[in-house]
Amino acid sequence: MVKLTQRLGGLVLRFAAFCAALGAVIAMITSRERSSFFVISLVAKYSDLAAFKYFVIANAIVTVYSFLVLFLPKESLLWKFVVVLDLMVTMLLTSSLSAAVAVAQVGKRGNANAGWLPICGQVPRFCDQITGALIAGLVALVLYVFLLIFSIHHVVDPFLLRKS
Amino acid sequence: MAKLALAATSGKSCKILLGLRLLAFSATLSAAIVMGLNKETETFVVGKVGNTPIKATFTAKFDHTPAFVFFVVANAMVSFHNLLMIALQIFGGKMEFTGFRLLSVAILDMLNVTLISAAANAAAFMAEVGKNGNKHARWDKICDRFATYCDHGAGALIAAFAGVILMLIISAASISRLAQQNKCCSTTASPSVVP
Repeated sequence: MVKLTQRLGGLVLRFAAFCAALGAVIAMITSRERSSFFVISLVAKYSDLAAFKYFVIANAIVTVYSFLVLFLPKESLLWKFVVVLDLMVTMLLTSSLSAAVAVAQVGKRGNANAGWLPICGQVPRFCDQITGALIAGLVALVLYVFLLIFSIHHVVDPFLLRKS
Repeated sequence: MAKLALAATSGKSCKILLGLRLLAFSATLSAAIVMGLNKETETFVVGKVGNTPIKATFTAKFDHTPAFVFFVVANAMVSFHNLLMIALQIFGGKMEFTGFRLLSVAILDMLNVTLISAAANAAAFMAEVGKNGNKHARWDKICDRFATYCDHGAGALIAAFAGVILMLIISAASISRLAQQNKCCSTTASPSVVP
């Protein structure tokens, strides 16, 4: 009975992380806004900034990985491999989120010392959608940290709770 | 699996782990120090009044950019964590690394892996914006004027990425040690449990 609820909890967490990562990818891809700045027309898309491209790629990889692991059978030997892959995926998620937040912060506040002006004043809807995508990425990261601890508990059993 | 358990209880893998932790400690500490002391002052001609040029002095420091501040702080934290683990391994010879202690070492290693990877990547992408600029957002690049600042920053970034790879290996080793429940670097090895 305990094993069933454990497995169900793992599945629910992974499905929620899949949804969050997918939401982040979709929110960032569909963010595109055109605005006029005096006589210059400015089109803001996510692919202008390398950090956002990396964010989309990383979250896409996480989405595909979560979807594949959802269908892993319970007694498969690959679960030990899943622990290592979960660690690497968490690293990927946190690095992409951190890079995107760092660059988005410059876009929102600018950098007075380097002479970089903020761009959120001209494209507010673009900025809002990017913020939403980053929040979804944060949710996916938190869920994956829980999943990492969960899969270690499932595979390695450090407290010897299972009598064999 | 039994061979793996035997290898984990020997002293050689403990020495390799200690060597890896020393390398990671030195890499992250040097990254933090190099970025923390990164500062360059340059004087530029910004205009002319008649025939005399007007000069202005600009400074590039690491704390102008929040990503670099996060980089320095995170590298300092990770190097402190590694120092703590090294001290624990050298001076905690009689302590039993079983149960909760082993789990907390593994969890701390995982948290520090995520922390250092986040810091290194944030600083890398900010440095890329500073090096190449961004013509869509009309942000000028700064590396053509502050070349030494950019070079030092690049060196700190390389050290931090070396620290990321080392921390990943260390964390994987700590997680695999959870499966063996053994003491590291002690004379008597407890019977290992093979899952």
